[in-house]
Amino acid sequence: MSVLVDKNTRLLVQGITGSAGSFHAKQCMEYGTQVVAGVTPGRGGEKFEGKVPVFDTVKQAVKATGANASVIFVPPPGAADAILEAFDAEIPLVVCITEGVPVMDMIKVRRVLEGLRGKSRLIGPNCPGIITPGQCKIGIMPGHIHKAGNVGVVSRSGTLTYEAVGQLTALGIGQSTCIGIGGDPVSGMDFVDVLTLFNEDKDTHGVIMIGEIGGGAEERAAAYIKANMKKPVACFIAGTTAPPGKRMGHAGAIISGGKGTAAAKIEALTGAGCRVAPTPSDMASTLKSMM
Amino acid sequence: MKIHEYQAKQLFAKYGVPIPQGYPAFSVDEAEHVAKRLIDETKSPVVVVKAQIHAGGRGKGGGVKVVKGGASVAETVKAARELAQKIFGMQLVTHQTGPQGQKVRRLYIEQGLPIKKELYLGAVIDRDKRRIAFMASTEGGVEIEKVAAETPEKILTVHVDPVVGLSGYQARELAFGLGLNAFSKQTVAHFAKLMGSLYELFVKEDCSLCEINPLVVLESGEVVALDAKINFDDNADFRHVAWHDLFDRDEEDPVEMEAKEVGLNYVSLDGNVGCLVNGAGLAMATMDIIKHAGEKHGVAPANFLDVGGGANQEQVTKAFKMILRSPKVKAIFVNIFGGIMKCDVIAAGVVAAAKELGLKVPLVVRLEGTNVELGRKILNESGLAIQAATTMADGAQKIVASVTGGAK
Repeated sequence: MSVLVDKNTRLLVQGITGSAGSFHAKQCMEYGTQVVAGVTPGRGGEKFEGKVPVFDTVKQAVKATGANASVIFVPPPGAADAILEAFDAEIPLVVCITEGVPVMDMIKVRRVLEGLRGKSRLIGPNCPGIITPGQCKIGIMPGHIHKAGNVGVVSRSGTLTYEAVGQLTALGIGQSTCIGIGGDPVSGMDFVDVLTLFNEDKDTHGVIMIGEIGGGAEERAAAYIKANMKKPVACFIAGTTAPPGKRMGHAGAIISGGKGTAAAKIEALTGAGCRVAPTPSDMASTLKSMM
Repeated sequence: MKIHEYQAKQLFAKYGVPIPQGYPAFSVDEAEHVAKRLIDETKSPVVVVKAQIHAGGRGKGGGVKVVKGGASVAETVKAARELAQKIFGMQLVTHQTGPQGQKVRRLYIEQGLPIKKELYLGAVIDRDKRRIAFMASTEGGVEIEKVAAETPEKILTVHVDPVVGLSGYQARELAFGLGLNAFSKQTVAHFAKLMGSLYELFVKEDCSLCEINPLVVLESGEVVALDAKINFDDNADFRHVAWHDLFDRDEEDPVEMEAKEVGLNYVSLDGNVGCLVNGAGLAMATMDIIKHAGEKHGVAPANFLDVGGGANQEQVTKAFKMILRSPKVKAIFVNIFGGIMKCDVIAAGVVAAAKELGLKVPLVVRLEGTNVELGRKILNESGLAIQAATTMADGAQKIVASVTGGAK
């Protein structure tokens, strides 16, 4: 009961010897994720935590361990390069946690991704990652707040995802898979990509989608939901009170030229049959009321 | 990051985007001096004095003045000095500065040119297409947002493939679409060359926006960037040492700057409730829920503040002090969902700051997530008057009650 990752996922950690990489690799292992390899150029041959082999290149790591997902903690100057290396090694799922990747780098990454025609998927950058509760955690989210179940969660924001998950778990509602797609203007999977997976997954019975101001991803999601979605979708859009022209933390969260307002997104989603939570405290109860 | 027009034009010159000749001036004396120099060099009797602030709409606000050229060079220079005197130091108010305006500390003195037609040309990141988009319009010199909203058919757009780069046919598509072939045989070619230079600049300098409004066609048929606006992608600052010199501190909100220096994300707002939150999305949502609960009672957020995922106790203390110092803050809402960020770190930071500066306004704290018990214990044992909230909604209601004195 999940999308993209489960207990059989074999995870490679790019940047495993760095401070963020090593800390979160350990956390993922403690959660039960199979961390099978690490990559840090120049550190090949070492063992992480005495057991996970470290390689110089992603190709070597994949060949030796059969890794089928990668999580990237490489700092911004090398992050896009790390994503491209994972694509080239034909890893089907690449999750980039790194915050602060230049948009010009991501435009090139997107161009390469489009040429792969679905062979690899990218989540992020600047995201918390993906978790299938009880099976596999890839990223930086606190594992203990999750509970296995049948609600899919997709969000542009990290902590707001935790908020939604916390509310669901408190109501006794478990999650199939939770995906943070990140807050950057140009990134990998968007709402429509994730909603498509949730729509096809027989064990996902409803979805919470958390958007924010800026861009048109929520409007595109609304169009997809209206035309295709077979399951209830509860939404929340952060930034109703944000003034235009001010960047609200995320590079992508900015209202510019009158576009990307919360009001327009809420209108589109409501028109598509979603229920929009009036406050961030009502995300889980709004979905519950639809199921 | 934003830069001034004259700095953007220096980059234009470097990449071969044609600009009028001009010099920056940091005082009225310097303005007079460079005006003289400009007239000597260009032999043009027309000089333009332009206020340099980061906000747009400077012309309408009275920050751009033209010296039509007096009977002699000396008279023109004198007139330029007088205009510089008027503009230098003024509080320039435009639709982008807010009612308080922005103080003019730098001027740009530029050669005047015989203009035949004003156009618009801009390059931006198109998030939906994940490409750089060039937009052009015959409606130059006005607010392009207005054109986009009212007459979108007057904006022509092309998207650039990052592997191929800008193709000649794309530039020609815009040039002919703008009707540039009507001016001179060479105008289309001039425009295409300018666009190629602008694309190279955009990519190499890691821009998020490059705008020329107006781009002008001269009587000679040449095209020249009369104005220049460049925003850089902050994420790319690690590969642009030169940005350090282009940064103008005077144009930034001092509190936001202070926050940035310690790795915090802070945006000043107009309300009366200070907010300290971890994560940008949650910080925005916290503002929303305060407004939702308090709108009818005049309660609204005073700031957006994201302490980030990995803040240490010092950063939290610093963040809390910034909120405490603001005179408009009537209550404080700390809303934390600990992931990597541990609740005890937040609690210790808040207590340290409150003890140092004194807590004179009500404080509502909602803690959830990693190490929540430890965090609550630190707050309980601090002796501070803290109201604990169980959820965001509960916290927002307690905040509204605190500000309004319990009146519903």
